[in-house]
Amino acid sequence: MGPSGTGKTTLLRLIGGQLRPDHGQVLVEGQDVHRLSRRELYRLRRRMGMLFQSGALLTDLNVFDNVAFPIRENTRLPEPLVRNLVLMKLEAVGLRGAVSLMPSELSGGMARRVALARAIALDPMLMMYDEPFTGLDPITMGVIVSLIRRLNDALEMTSIVVSHDVAEAGSIADWVYLISEGRVMDAGPPQQLRREASDWSRQFLEGLPDGPVPFHYPAPDYLDDLMGGDTR
Amino acid sequence: MGPFQRLGHAALGVLERLGRGHLFLFRTLLAMGTLVRRPGLLVRELYSVGVLSLLIIAVSGLFVGMVLGYQGYITLVDFGAAEALGTVVALSLVRELGPVVTALLFAGRAGSALTAEIGLMKATEQLSSMEMMAVDPYKRVIAPRFLAGVISLPLLAAIFSAVGVAGGYFIGVGVLGVDAGAYWSQMQASVDFREDVMSGVIKSLVFGVVAAWIAVFEGYDATPTSEGVSRATTRTVVHTALAILALDFILTGLMFGDI
Repeated sequence: MGPSGTGKTTLLRLIGGQLRPDHGQVLVEGQDVHRLSRRELYRLRRRMGMLFQSGALLTDLNVFDNVAFPIRENTRLPEPLVRNLVLMKLEAVGLRGAVSLMPSELSGGMARRVALARAIALDPMLMMYDEPFTGLDPITMGVIVSLIRRLNDALEMTSIVVSHDVAEAGSIADWVYLISEGRVMDAGPPQQLRREASDWSRQFLEGLPDGPVPFHYPAPDYLDDLMGGDTR
Repeated sequence: MGPFQRLGHAALGVLERLGRGHLFLFRTLLAMGTLVRRPGLLVRELYSVGVLSLLIIAVSGLFVGMVLGYQGYITLVDFGAAEALGTVVALSLVRELGPVVTALLFAGRAGSALTAEIGLMKATEQLSSMEMMAVDPYKRVIAPRFLAGVISLPLLAAIFSAVGVAGGYFIGVGVLGVDAGAYWSQMQASVDFREDVMSGVIKSLVFGVVAAWIAVFEGYDATPTSEGVSRATTRTVVHTALAILALDFILTGLMFGDI
């Protein structure tokens, strides 16, 4: 968790090998992601799933083909088996009835659930969620929150959820890292974090408008500015 | 920044893009192998890039041929050489207008669509999500579209020229009264396959590579916002048109310069 613009999404992209770090290394299952060859990186990515904020469904394919996409591209399973797998994944997110809809016919929440079904299509060991709670109505939000936790337990994966929704993320997380300006500010189980957080963390967790993170963007003296000669 | 710094900055920017464009082309060529195993990907793009451009190419070819019929006749009849109309129409089309006008129309019809499609796929994170699903966008998205452009353009140029010759015939023979036998026989006698037709084919192949390359690169390199995609689409049409006209000059010089 962390405020907007602190590099949470960047962190996910580093883990997925889509961005290259200036220095330091990213280890996934002991492998340095950025030292892998392209072939090895793609093999590793088959065991990672990522849910994008926008869903990022392929707009020229319907729901079924979208969920089938990673299976068909990465395996040579016979079509009846692909069909079963797709229906199982869609059943898990409650959208088996929507198989033949096109992405343009889905609501935002449905699109995100389809994207979730697609992300778990290859049974990843690591799931990454990029702001999964943003822009959802309360009901859909509840659905997504419980889906993330239930899928994580049922498929025995590791899930990394990037979010700034304190309540939702806190309700399902085992461990929370608060990051700001590229640094980990606080870490721990959610309850403990609420009890013994630093001033900065408390401001973030409780949503206080002013505190260690000032309300005002750095500016010259207010009075000087109002009276001021520099009109820019 | 002073004016010199700005100039240097701009020049470096252009060079950097040029470098990226070449690396991009290199990776696209490497990704081409997939299309042997999965020709279906190519066929779909051939349809949207090539077949869907057929109508505009054929109609334009017809009009250009008809105009050539009029213009050629007006000039030739003064010299009593109206029978040579077939030659004039065919040579203009096969050597020059076929490849060039087809490439310009292709940039407007298919190139802009390719750029917009790929740019929007990037802006909506579809390309990123493919990468994360262990699917290489170069293989799945870029290579089929690029190759479809390279294959389509020479074929479209051939159709353009053929329809144009028919248009010239319609005006020259049908309207202006040139002898039909003379129209065809003069054309057959003076259009050389190796010299004229092949030079047109080579041109349109080169144009195909350049037009398809610019279109897919601009899409892939677009800033992932609506403004960025719109700018990339404009750039595709402008850069392709300039590149085609400059290359046409160079190729013509190389092929006919020593006569």
